[in-house]
Amino acid sequence: MKLVRMTPGHGDVLLAEGDPDVAEDEERLIEEFRRQLEQGMWAAVPTADRGRREAVMVRDFAEVPRDAERVVFYPPAAGG
Amino acid sequence: MSVHRVERRARELLRTTLAEEDFAAYERLGFFSVPGRGDPASGYAYLVYPHRPLVAYETVTGRLLSEYCVRFRDDGVRLPDADDVLAKWLALHGRERELIATANVNPPGHQVDPDHVRRDLALLARWRSERAVDSRDPMR
Repeated sequence: MKLVRMTPGHGDVLLAEGDPDVAEDEERLIEEFRRQLEQGMWAAVPTADRGRREAVMVRDFAEVPRDAERVVFYPPAAGG
Repeated sequence: MSVHRVERRARELLRTTLAEEDFAAYERLGFFSVPGRGDPASGYAYLVYPHRPLVAYETVTGRLLSEYCVRFRDDGVRLPDADDVLAKWLALHGRERELIATANVNPPGHQVDPDHVRRDLALLARWRSERAVDSRDPMR
């Protein structure tokens, strides 16, 4: 699983990567996940089901499907 | 990092996240469409442009409904174009109500020229139709 964040000036940055079924990796992923949410980021998990692409918003690492390939963090929406 | 390199990286994330047709539309036309409530049967959809308001329209008639002005900024700095449209796509899929509640809502034509949007809708319909023909005819 990869945790990536959209950033101005750099594109997408890999924050953390690991296997959530490995305790040490999971701890690192959870720590980074929380850090991003504390910074106000929104988190989404892109999903694919028979070619149909969707995204699930998550607010806690426990909501992230264990087999998710990546979690994308991006700035929250504001009125323009 | 150069603007082109940043945009290339952002496009790669977009490519691996969107459906192939939506990414192809963005590459070819510079925008794509997202059905309301993630369901084509909803009867409405949004045109998604980089750094421009979402434009909602009726899918059957093409009637323009509203503009929703939203921004995704990190420390006040805007995201690369491909990240901006991906952020809109993610938010429309996962938090449509919240996104729309956050947006500044305006009638069609407030920021985006309605004639331009109608041309884009026609362009999208024609492009989809041509792709459908191409996918049916392997000799093309």
